[in-house]
Parts: sequence; structure tokens; C-alpha cells
Amino acid sequence: MNDISELTITALRFGFLLLLWVLIFSIVSTMRRDFQIGRKAVTGVPTAREVRKHPELAASPPPAIQHARTLVVTEGPLKGTTVPLAASPILLGRAQEATLVLEDDYASGRHARLFPQGSRWFIEDLGSTNGTYLADQQLTRALPVELGVPVRIGKTVIELRP
Amino acid sequence: MIQTETTPKPRRNVELVLIVLALAVGIGASALVSINSESGLDNDFWFQSSLLAVAAFAFHIVLRLRAKYADPVILPIVVALNGLGLALIHRMDGPGDDTGNNQLRWTLIAMAVSIAVIWFLKDHRILRRFTYISLAASAFLLLLPLIPGISAGEILGARVWIRVGPMTFQPGEIAKITLAIFFAGYLSSNRDLILLAGRKIGPMQFPRFKDLGPMITAWLVSIGVLVFQRDLGSSILFFGLFIVMIYVATSRISWVVIGLLLILGGGFIAAQIFSHVAFRIDSWINAFTPEVFGRSPGGSGQIVEGLFGMADGGLVGTGLGQGRPDLVPFANSDMIVALIGEELGLIGLFAVVMLYLLLFTRGFRAALGTRDAFGKLLACGLSFAIALQCFVVIGGVTRLIPLTGLTTPFLAAGGSSLLANWIIVGLLLMISNTARGPVDTTPMVNKPPATSSNPGAPKPVTAQTPSAPTEAVKQQ
Repeated sequence: MNDISELTITALRFGFLLLLWVLIFSIVSTMRRDFQIGRKAVTGVPTAREVRKHPELAASPPPAIQHARTLVVTEGPLKGTTVPLAASPILLGRAQEATLVLEDDYASGRHARLFPQGSRWFIEDLGSTNGTYLADQQLTRALPVELGVPVRIGKTVIELRP
Repeated sequence: MIQTETTPKPRRNVELVLIVLALAVGIGASALVSINSESGLDNDFWFQSSLLAVAAFAFHIVLRLRAKYADPVILPIVVALNGLGLALIHRMDGPGDDTGNNQLRWTLIAMAVSIAVIWFLKDHRILRRFTYISLAASAFLLLLPLIPGISAGEILGARVWIRVGPMTFQPGEIAKITLAIFFAGYLSSNRDLILLAGRKIGPMQFPRFKDLGPMITAWLVSIGVLVFQRDLGSSILFFGLFIVMIYVATSRISWVVIGLLLILGGGFIAAQIFSHVAFRIDSWINAFTPEVFGRSPGGSGQIVEGLFGMADGGLVGTGLGQGRPDLVPFANSDMIVALIGEELGLIGLFAVVMLYLLLFTRGFRAALGTRDAFGKLLACGLSFAIALQCFVVIGGVTRLIPLTGLTTPFLAAGGSSLLANWIIVGLLLMISNTARGPVDTTPMVNKPPATSSNPGAPKPVTAQTPSAPTEAVKQQ
């Protein structure tokens, strides 16, 4: 340590602190991409700022939202059954207290729950034995059900219709 | 629900650049330490630095091969923290001490294990199958230090070590991972049961007494750790982990309220019964009283010396290798934060805290991005475990809360803690890989459905009278 002057050591000392913060700022600047979450929604609705800049975006009226009004069983033992949708959640399963009692050997007692939130209906698996499939994908959490997308419970397939 | 359309990008080159910077921090710290000691930049320094660099780049290459879309920020942060820790521990080594080399050995082992986890596990969702095995493993790991043959006995008042050949190991560190896996698996499948039932009192919905079972169990386990292993820190960590995970799973504030009440109750009783807990609290409140300062077991000398050290460091610190952290007992493990505060000053200490904060946010970002409930809960739990450790340790050293014996993740000397935290990093990287990677499903709900919504009028056979279920499908 004798051959290095006091000045060099002090410079290195502060240089190291600077280096630490350079690392932090470069990390934060690489994270910028992630902060843009939610800026461009998939619904395609332009933000107020975008409308101001490009007035032609506002010209097209938003697509009319079709609300689901009926639940239709398209496959399985109850094929053809329709259930009108109100504002209350629907329990699907073989249990007697279910809203739509499925006579399906592959369905659990309390199999899945279909519930409205906002203007959409969501389906949630209630820990069923054989699982619930939304458009061939097994549910792991509540997901929104769009019109005409098949939901499979055991051998039964249901979908929402306007 | 806001969905963004972002094309997945691996961003591995960004990671490479950041790793080079992180290695510059770690090796730079080591170089400063060497310059300020008698040895200078000797062969040891070059050997250790190149080992760390090789390990970091090996990890990077494994990510390129196996987890292309993993978060590009997590690995550089951890390499920087670990490198800084190595330099600081090396700095505290006396002439005959081997702690620095030992820590380097453990770093390499831990990185190798973490690489193995990424290489062989491939997908974190596989861990869900081991929900209850993880519970059994946690119980086994927690009981290990109490078994007479393997136990390393009581070291520094705590019974948490086991003897593996010439080394000692803390199985409780691994238990926090297996517990997080169990909580994530249990809560992701039983969430609905806990969520749907319950009584509403005032603005809060309280769970049924039946559903309190797991929480009571977690509380009892924490108390057991406190009573039999005399380890206050781990006890807080396990219970905090459970509260956070159940809160994240159910978003019911009542769990947090019940949990905090249980902590306060348990803490109060523990302070009455166990002398070590009472000493801790006393040396926190009355740290500067002379008789507490000089008390032989459970005095506040350690905390106060640490505070003096940090005060000496001031804003920019005394410089690496130029302070007197040897005055503080355990300056390379429990009190390493005080050592950073002394030699790197407030600016350096805040940089370290910032690195932890960034690591924590990246863990939560992975949790937000991943699509399965198990992965979400696991990422939350694991990153929270790191955050809680930081809070407990840094809070203890700065006298915000009573000092408890938890390790500062990646910094403090201690092989088992390094190993556990590197495995956590491996799991977080894997979860972030699925979170940021492309979705492998084609027909998904977010796309508007094709115009097949009106295929003719369905037969209105409304409300068939249901018959009783004929065959009992096996259910729990």
C-alpha cells in the first residue's frame, strides 16, 4: 500500500461508489420497457393523448359490445339446454345445489363457477377433479369467457351466446 | 384486466453487459480491499476474481441455453451482491482466517446447484406435484438440528446447525424454500375454499375457524423453531412468509390482522418466558445504557459498536479496508451491513439496499407476469423471503427493530444461506422465464372470437329436472 499515493486511493474510493450507482442506474434503465405496462391496451381504445395527436383514431366508433344473455350446452348429456343469464353467479357441477346440474360422470360436485364482473363473465375452476377447459386450455385461475368460446367440463361443453 | 401486446425478447445481451458491470463491482471491491491490505494484488486475488467471473459467465450461458426469456436483471444484481460480500468477508479475514475462501467455495457450490436446478427442473410448475412432500421435507429439515447424532449442538445460543463431515450446515435455510413451495401449492389449490366461506365482521371478512388450521400450524411451527432451536429470526421469517402468501392468495386483509395479532401474542409470551428474547428486546430499547451495553450474554455492545461504525463512515465511508469494523463482533456475518455502512458510507449502503429492492421488484414482476397461480404465489413468497430477511437484518443493525440472527442474503458469511438464496434465484429466474416468454397456446381468450357465435337457434329445452348423481366421482 506504500507505493500507491493517498490521492489514488481516494479517487478509487469514490470511483467505486460511483461504479455501484452506475450499475444501479443501468439496471433501472434496462427495466424501462417493463414500466410501459398498460400503456397500450389490447382492446385498442386509443388514449386521450393519442386521440389529440391523431384525430382520425377517434373517428371510428367503438365496436358495440355484445353482452352474453344465455348459456348454451353444446355437447354432452344435457346438449341443447339453455340457461338465461342474470346478474348472479352460476355454479356448475353435479351437486344438487348447482345452478346447472350436470349429469356428467366426469364432472365434480362443485365443478366450476361462472360469474359476472363488469361487462364480462368469468369462469373459475373450483378445484374439480378433472379440470375445466376454456378453449382447450385448462383453467388455473379465473378467466374471462368471450361469446362463443367453448368451455369444457367433463364431457359437457358450454358456451355463452348473446 | 389490461393486457399488453409486447413481443417477448430474450434480452440476454443486456444481461451480459450488466454482468460485466456487476463483476466490475465485485472484483473492484476485492481489488480495493487488496490494495489497502499488506498483500496487494497477489495471486490469490486474481485466482478468486477469475473464479467468480467464470462462474457468473457459466450461469449466463446456461440461461442462454435453458431459460432464454429469464429476467435479464436478476443475475447481475445477485452477482454484484455476492461479489461485494466476498470482498467484504475477505477484508475481515485475519492472518489465519479462511472465511473468505470458504465463502468463495460455497458461492461456487451454490451457483452450481442453482444451475442444476435450472437445467434439470426446466419448469417450476413441476414443483406443484411435490406440495405435500415439501411439507414433509420442511418438517424433516427443521427437526434435523434437534437429532442428537447429527446436531452440531448449541452454537452461539442457537441450535440450528447440523454437522456434515467437517462442515456445519443450517437446514432451516433450505426449509424456507420447501415451505414456500408447500404454501404455494396448498394455497393455489385450496384458495377457493378459504375465500368463499367466512363471516363478515365490520369491514373485514374473517375466515372460518376450520380454515384457520394452516395458519395455526404455521404459527405453532414458528413457535417451535423459537422454543427448540432458539432462533428468533427464522421463526419470524417462516411466519411472515405464510402471512404474505395467504394474503397474496386471498387478498383478505383479515389474515394479516390475525397474523399480526398472533405475532404480537407470541412475541409477548416469548419475551416473558425466554431470556434470549427478553435480552434482545432489552438491548434494543435500552441499547445505550451502560449496564445493558456491557452485559455478558445478550448485551447491546454489538449493535452499539455497529452504530458507532456507521456513524464513523458518514456519507461516503472510510473506504474499503480502512475502517475499524474489527471492533464489531461478527462484522462479516450478522453485522455486515454495519461494515458496509462504515466503509462505503451511506451512499454505498443505500446502493446495496437499492440492489435488494430491485431484486425484490424483479421477483414480484415475475409473479405478476406468470400465468399460473402456483408460480405467482411461489415467486411472491420467495422474493418476499429475501425482502423480509433484508428488513429484519438491516432493521436490526440500524436499531429499527430488535436484532435477530438472520443472514443478509448473498452478503453475509454462511454457506447454507448462500446455497438457499442461490436456489431461490434459480427458481425466480425460471418463473420469470415462463412469465416473459412467448405463450405457447394458440386459441386464447384475449383474442376476439371468430363470428361463430350464432350457429342456428339452439333447442330451448330449458331447466331439465335433474336426477340424482348416479356414480360418485372421487372427490376430496
